[in-house]
Amino acid sequence: MSKQRVIVIGGGLAGLAATMKMAELGMSVLVVSFLPVKRSHSVCAQGGINGAVNIKGEGDSPDIHFYDTVKGGDFLAHQPLCKDMCHEAPYIINLMDRLGVTFNRTPEGNLDFRRFGGTLYHRTAFAGATTGQQLLYALDEQVRHFEVQGLVEKMEWHEYLGAVLNDDGRCVGAVIHNLRSGEIKAEKGDAVILATGGPGLVYGRSTNSMVCTGTAVTSAYLQGAKYGNGEFIQIHPSAIPGRDKLRLMSESARGEGGRVWVPRKAGDSRKPKEIPEKERFYFLEERYPLFGNLVPRDVGAREIYDICVNDKLGVHGEMKVYLDLTHHTREFLDHRLGGILEIYEKFTGVDPREEPMEIFPAVHYSMGGIWTDYTRTDEGLIDHQSPNNQMTSITGLYAAGEADYQYHGGNRLGANSLLSCIYTGLMMSPGVLNYINNLPEAAEDIPASVYSASVKKWQESYANIKSMNGKENPYALHREMAEEMISNVLIVRENSKLKSTLDKIDEFESRWKNIKCVDTSDWSNPVPSFINQLWNMIQLSKIITKGALLRDEFRGSHYKPEFDLHQPDDFRPETYLEFEKQKEDGQIKEDEFSPDHLAYMKRFSKNNIKWLKTTIATYRNGGPEISYEAVDTSLIDPRPRKYD
Amino acid sequence: MPDTVTFKIKRQDTETSGSYWETFIIPYIPNSNVISCLMDIQANPVNAKGEEVAPVVWESNCLEEVCGACTMLINGKVHQSCSALVDKLEKPIRLEPMSKFPVVRDLTVDRSRMFDALKKVQAWVAADGYHDLGPGDRLSQSHQETAYKLSECMTCGCCVEACPQYSSDNNFLGAAAISQTRLFNMHPTAKNIADERLDTLMQEGGIADCGNAQNCVEACPKSIPLTESIAEMGRQVSGKLWRNIFKA
Ligand SMILES: Cc1cc2nc3c(=O)[nH]c(=O)nc-3n(C[C@H](O)[C@H](O)[C@H](O)COP(=O)(O)OP(=O)(O)OC[C@H]3O[C@@H](n4cnc5c(N)ncnc54)[C@H](O)[C@@H]3O)c2cc1C
Ligand code: SF4
Ligand code: SF4
Ligand code: FES
Repeated sequence: MSKQRVIVIGGGLAGLAATMKMAELGMSVLVVSFLPVKRSHSVCAQGGINGAVNIKGEGDSPDIHFYDTVKGGDFLAHQPLCKDMCHEAPYIINLMDRLGVTFNRTPEGNLDFRRFGGTLYHRTAFAGATTGQQLLYALDEQVRHFEVQGLVEKMEWHEYLGAVLNDDGRCVGAVIHNLRSGEIKAEKGDAVILATGGPGLVYGRSTNSMVCTGTAVTSAYLQGAKYGNGEFIQIHPSAIPGRDKLRLMSESARGEGGRVWVPRKAGDSRKPKEIPEKERFYFLEERYPLFGNLVPRDVGAREIYDICVNDKLGVHGEMKVYLDLTHHTREFLDHRLGGILEIYEKFTGVDPREEPMEIFPAVHYSMGGIWTDYTRTDEGLIDHQSPNNQMTSITGLYAAGEADYQYHGGNRLGANSLLSCIYTGLMMSPGVLNYINNLPEAAEDIPASVYSASVKKWQESYANIKSMNGKENPYALHREMAEEMISNVLIVRENSKLKSTLDKIDEFESRWKNIKCVDTSDWSNPVPSFINQLWNMIQLSKIITKGALLRDEFRGSHYKPEFDLHQPDDFRPETYLEFEKQKEDGQIKEDEFSPDHLAYMKRFSKNNIKWLKTTIATYRNGGPEISYEAVDTSLIDPRPRKYD
Repeated sequence: MPDTVTFKIKRQDTETSGSYWETFIIPYIPNSNVISCLMDIQANPVNAKGEEVAPVVWESNCLEEVCGACTMLINGKVHQSCSALVDKLEKPIRLEPMSKFPVVRDLTVDRSRMFDALKKVQAWVAADGYHDLGPGDRLSQSHQETAYKLSECMTCGCCVEACPQYSSDNNFLGAAAISQTRLFNMHPTAKNIADERLDTLMQEGGIADCGNAQNCVEACPKSIPLTESIAEMGRQVSGKLWRNIFKA
């Protein structure tokens, strides 16, 4: 058989982790990326990466990390994957340390750990306030080393357009667009991995970087791949308002003791420092005594919404609250949080060491993504040799990192994404090679005609885009679409609004056809690509919105007040476990439970039977057809979440 | 408050075509930065003469000064355009591509030379493998602080743009790559090939090309102590020279 190779699309943490692991196993890898991989979105991650190393002797363990992750995700994540990931996490942190990541240290010289949302343990390793950047650089360096050794080839300034499928529907390569010369051609690959990150730009301004359009995975969906849990979009409680981007104020600010508050009096016009302690409402601390400012993100974002919109207590009457670090010394803050405080100061002109920051919720992360498979072992871990791991529903097309869907359920815990990105890249690699080793023929030996049809299709499609001479400016149309998504598909969701947004998206789709390609030149022209990406963002916004419309419940980041099950204040999740046990044993002793608890548990149980399922979107007749699939919840019994 | 902001942008259509200046006048919006204004031009690409033109092409990604992509000359000074706030800039605002690299189009340049330099100086830890080999070495907090600062380099190119010695007709490695040799030569295992890195620094284009002008350190947006790194590597190189003499 001729020499084989894997094509990795995207050089963020997931793509580079897979590249380096496969190269280590001797496989040739072609990495394709919009930008030099060192500039990938992963550099934005500030706070840290989770792993139960238990440096602080708190009795933390991978199983507790697993539990926190599954509970944080409101039980929608596939448990064997989460369990395997959490068990690999301490090793991954050690590996990254060996590869040169400049993690912060304890006085004795061990790795230091901080707290993050949704857990009571110090479990987050961090490198100053640029953990993602430091992790990415370490992987970038490893991959550069392989590049020098000839095992890895990079095509930066290139864009993935679609997969090349053979007659059996198997992926045998990718169509690649050279963003400088404009040339569109096929690259042969025995497997293709999409490690293309998240889709924040569907909402226009978010905490994401400019290339996070989700276009590659949407293209796979348009080619027939299933998309999972699209409606689960994480809104981060704390971002800095901005015209071009909503820059993040990392959860680590709260992990290091930052306190969230608003003035108790609506419309209080005093400066924050003039407001005495007793006139400040530390609403997270009051409402969640146990987790306080470190409740999970979905809870935090909803509480801020509630305080600002329902209680009208937002700072200056706007959708903003204070995040206060001023009780710490400058030295402490510079050492632990320097980078993120500099960002705040740089973009707002206010020194957060002296003045409380003004923050508000913003689109941050997609728990959903392209559907991928896995093979579990009897112990509930993952069989790392299985070729199914991370394979999409298109044979030979894989996905990893934020592009996939099944690690974070309905809500991701802070610092679990850097983990899932590196984990998926490393974990999947042996299986991908097993897949390749068992192929009947190498891509290299597949006739050129199989590729030329796909290339021709894309060349025609780009030629058509270039000849578009309508009235709409694509960038302005994108802004409008994003406004619509922000207005109606955010923290609080209502069916009537979701319905009208779906109609609006159809309108955007027709207006897309009336676009003017504002630059028709051949050299280094980003406009045709953007127009194509906009089409894909329109398709993706349909997946998100329709999934949200049809899911009539409240789970994780997907909040529909109409379907809130109204957990009684004094309810304890353990009661539900007892209830379920009795149900399994054949008889519920109803008089053992208080009536409101009993009624709540019945509602909860009924709701789970109906909705504890993965949403699957499949492209049919120009839009998403929605169906539902079972989730593997065999290791931890689903139960009501509680953080107070 | 002004009603509008004027941008004078140096444009170039292809790698080989000549450059020309084009003026854009856009509505003033508070809290703008250079990139948000370039986005406004994209959404309405009309120049000051009222002609519809191709939107300006630039490179960016993170928009928070951590990816290094959006570096350009702003009023003649090299900086990231995402963190260049309009309110703080003198008007009209002049934008030009960096001058030390080949222009691709408009404000985009090709900085491959900087990434190649990272290959030359072997800026990596040569690992035995990616399987579980336990934790790395224990390191002091002060070691971490020094290394962390150096590892924040985002290959943005400000330092080499400002450097009088870095030019298209030599092959000087530049301050960023030299500073990376310091980072890896202090890492507990990467320092195993410290001598090979020093050999590279002793070759043509190496540390001897640095004229000590110190422009680099002032231009670095991440405040990386570049001159300190250059001095340290100078010491390591002289140390090696002496050792070579005694070995001979
Ligand atoms: C501001 C911010 C802070 C964060 N902080 C944390 C944190 O502290 N801890 C944590 O765990 N998580 C954090 N996250 C989340 C985390 O950073 C991301 O989920 C993660 O980095 C995604 O990595 P990735 O490898 O999947 O993709 P990315 O890093 O987004 O990389 C995607 C790659 O794909 C390429 N690409 C995309 N589309 C195409 C295409 N069509 N053709 C060619 N190339 C393409 C891009 O060029 C890029 O190389 C944060 C996110 C944000 C926005
Ligand atoms: S010290 Fe001067 S000559 Fe040396 S790298 Fe810096 S700017 Fe260039
Ligand atoms: S050393 Fe500073 S200026 Fe030079 S490339 Fe690195 S970050 Fe940019
Ligand atoms: S866009 Fe990343 S540094 Fe400006």
